[in-house]
Amino acid sequence: MEQLQLKKVDIIFGWDEKLTPIDVYDKTIKKSPDSVILDMIDSGLKGRGGAGFPTGLKWKFTRNEDSAEKYVICNADEGEPGTFKDREILDRVPEKVLAGMAICAYVIGAKEGYIYVRGEYNFLLKGLQKKVDIFNKQLQERKVDFTIYLRSGSGAYVCGEESALFESMEGKRGEPRNKPPYPTVAGYNSKPTVINNVETLVYTSEICRMGPEKFKALGTFDSRGSKVFSVSGDTPIAGIYELELGMQLKDFVEEFADGDAKAVQIGGASGHCVPRKKFNETVIGFEGIPTGGSMMIFNSTRSMYNVLHDYLEFFTEESCGQCTPCRVGCQQLLKGIEAVKKGEKPPSYLEDLKKLTLTMKIAAKCGLGQSVANPFISIVDNFKEEIIY
Amino acid sequence: MTNTENLILDLVEKHGRERNSLMPILQGVVSQEKFLSEEAMIAIARELDLSAADVYGTASFYTFLDTVPRGKNIIRVCKTISCHMRNKDEIIGVLEDQLKIKVGETTHDKRFTLLTANCLGWCHKGPVMLVNDEVYPEVTPQKAIEIVEEFMKKNN
Repeated sequence: MEQLQLKKVDIIFGWDEKLTPIDVYDKTIKKSPDSVILDMIDSGLKGRGGAGFPTGLKWKFTRNEDSAEKYVICNADEGEPGTFKDREILDRVPEKVLAGMAICAYVIGAKEGYIYVRGEYNFLLKGLQKKVDIFNKQLQERKVDFTIYLRSGSGAYVCGEESALFESMEGKRGEPRNKPPYPTVAGYNSKPTVINNVETLVYTSEICRMGPEKFKALGTFDSRGSKVFSVSGDTPIAGIYELELGMQLKDFVEEFADGDAKAVQIGGASGHCVPRKKFNETVIGFEGIPTGGSMMIFNSTRSMYNVLHDYLEFFTEESCGQCTPCRVGCQQLLKGIEAVKKGEKPPSYLEDLKKLTLTMKIAAKCGLGQSVANPFISIVDNFKEEIIY
Repeated sequence: MTNTENLILDLVEKHGRERNSLMPILQGVVSQEKFLSEEAMIAIARELDLSAADVYGTASFYTFLDTVPRGKNIIRVCKTISCHMRNKDEIIGVLEDQLKIKVGETTHDKRFTLLTANCLGWCHKGPVMLVNDEVYPEVTPQKAIEIVEEFMKKNN
């Protein structure tokens, strides 16, 4: 039997009655901020939004900044196609997110925290606000000077990019900023800011609950711990699964696909497409292909031209338009594959388009334009016939 | 004062006159009036001491902050890959027939606008659509029609 090859984990959605999130907070602030940072660094936790920056270092850099005003921001602008875990986390265990934010605030010395929830999740706000009110009251009772507020987005994918998110919170167009300075130095209101993904914040509070060793024992050397995966596409069991990091893609496919998988898109529209012949050699994690959680499975009935066309349409619409490589590049890539498909351009034109994505990788201002090369090259190289004919 | 101006004064009272309050104020107007009229944007600019162009520049960046008139109920059908694979085209088709409009248009009685949206975050339960802020996962053509009929029955 091909029974459960993959180790399922229950950290994110599990509930410890003896040590609820606010208890974890109480327990954690008995330690010094520096020792909490050491725990985070020890645990090996890297950001779960996709970019994978070590969380402990992010907290440390922000703590080291000398500023009376600092912020903790929870990035809940989950817009990457194929990702839906943050919504589920905010719906089911918001207390853990709030505890993570409060612990971070204690460590870096912040008085205000914000959760930026994408506009598509407005239906969550009412319930979430109640939980935030309860939590804020608990902090008040403890005489802790930290308050959490909700902010909502208005349907712009690029606002998930941290500096665009700050711009949006400051009442401006969600256009990414130049980096450096990084948010740890100048984030929201140009003040030192920790901005973490929803899932990352839950792991921080869970690491405080169970200790860094238990977390570190999961996963691999480069990819410590577990991760919540959003599984969709051609699978009979689409949904949300928390799995140990560092698994082989072939094991994932065996467990989740419908037996006819020809490709898996790892990391959403901005991620990589892995064809069947590479399932055996691909590891999911920071040593292989990292992901914010999106795992989309395509079976042999799917046209990879349509998949790529969908992604390019997505990027063309969601590009903020601020920098030329991304604004014009996305449009030209979309037009380009349409022209090749119609025979208006020769198949060799795909090579020119690949060069264009590499230019975008170097010249685009933010992760949006820089990452279009990932799906483009991995789909064109592995499914060239489907793109041309 | 007009209704719009009163609404804006209430929102400014609640959120403040800082630039940082601009998004909540714009969102507040859209949730009541479904779009940002010229009048609304000018009034907001006046209250926040910004140029009207700045307010329009911000508003027009965001898909959900419409600057053209929209119907009382806004339907957004997810068109991104997972929902595409689960026949979002069929859902859009039946809604177009039912409302007798095309995507991007508003019914004559101004009660419905039909739009598509990029990934709504329900890829495991597609196809999905939003009506205003309410989410409807796993819609079938039949269910889509029934959902809209419910809104039609409501006296709005």
